[in-house]
Amino acid sequence: MRNFSNTYIYTFSIVMVVIVALLLSLAAMQLKPFQDKNIEVEKKQNILASVHINSTPVDAVDLYSKYITESFVLNNKGEKLEGEDAFKIDLKTEISKPAAQRSLPVFVGTLDNGSKAYIVPLRGKGLWGPIWGYVSLQPDLNTIYGTIFDHQGETPGLGAEITMDWFEKPFTGKTIFKDSTEFVSVKVLKGGAPEGDPHAVDAISGGTITSKALEAMLDTCLVQYKTYFLNNRQ
Amino acid sequence: MSGKNFKMLSNPFNLQNPVTVQILGICSALAVTVKLKPAIVMGLSVIVVTAFSNLVISWMRNSIPPRIRIIVQLVVVATMVILVDQVLRAFVYDVSKQLSVYVGLIITNCIIMGRLEAFAMGNKPWPSFIDGIGNGIGYAVILIVVATVRELFGSGTLLGFKIVPQAVYDAGYINNGMMIMPTMALILVGVIIWIQRSYFKQLNEKE
Repeated sequence: MRNFSNTYIYTFSIVMVVIVALLLSLAAMQLKPFQDKNIEVEKKQNILASVHINSTPVDAVDLYSKYITESFVLNNKGEKLEGEDAFKIDLKTEISKPAAQRSLPVFVGTLDNGSKAYIVPLRGKGLWGPIWGYVSLQPDLNTIYGTIFDHQGETPGLGAEITMDWFEKPFTGKTIFKDSTEFVSVKVLKGGAPEGDPHAVDAISGGTITSKALEAMLDTCLVQYKTYFLNNRQ
Repeated sequence: MSGKNFKMLSNPFNLQNPVTVQILGICSALAVTVKLKPAIVMGLSVIVVTAFSNLVISWMRNSIPPRIRIIVQLVVVATMVILVDQVLRAFVYDVSKQLSVYVGLIITNCIIMGRLEAFAMGNKPWPSFIDGIGNGIGYAVILIVVATVRELFGSGTLLGFKIVPQAVYDAGYINNGMMIMPTMALILVGVIIWIQRSYFKQLNEKE
């Protein structure tokens, strides 16, 4: 076996690392626009899904501009903030800020029958990683019109079930205010919600931690909009 | 392609299969085989990574200082994997999401490091490239077989298309939830090894 000097080994490593770094940064820069586009399309698909509109990656952009007619940003006192694009707000960074400084996006969908739906993004901590979603409210800003949840790495077959229809569907028609003024959110109950309870849905058997995390996410994200909801209901 | 090269390509399909005979790369075989589509994409990714890492390492083999050869191999494999990951994210975003961390974990797939150490370090680039493709396919084949069984019985679909007709569900058939769990993938790999060993006696260890 050839004997390599230390100088050779150092030179070899340095040259190799520089070549690899160049190659990778070039690839990352070239592919970035495609990747950003994918993330944007996925977000639009999620927002559409929360108002029960199915889309594919191909038609999502068109459907989004057709149905999502308005969007605005609020602070936690329910006042509109000017000059911010609701779609570009990253909830992850907002949640790390103090409550009073957060920008809270709202999307307004106009449905085929002309009625409006107010869509609010959610983000929280699941068992293994982040969970997020969108919830849409009817114009009374109390009754849930639709929900969509997603996650990064919850347990397949257990916590990951939050993305399934059977879990998301029961949220529709639930109300987040008790006696129309007291904010109660929607509870996710282990052992099943009592029949007819307007503020609770069934949890996932074996997915208790994810269920509880989702309940906490609904509560902490929706309560920030409480003032706006109370003042703007129709 | 000469007979020797063809043998190198086809051996890993069966008698030298990296998954069922050498028992390498089991972890990802369990994780990404719930549905057929991610399994196919994962298989393709591993074929690309093994083939090109083998090619690059074999091409550099005489200039790699032996003392840092594992580091060099890791750098090459990691570069390939990151490139594959970036391409998947750009062009097949939904699959890339389903594969999540497992694309990154191709780096730790023992098949790749194994082939680099055992083959590419001592052979010319072209045979190494073929060896990489062969081993990648050997891995992909097992993934696809396991994923076909799991998706068919676990979700009643193949590649997302409904295979089990609604009438069968109406008659009381339900999807086997066990198939979705990683445990079942391990059992299926076990069954494949069992069938393979009882058919090809030369694989059995001497008592």
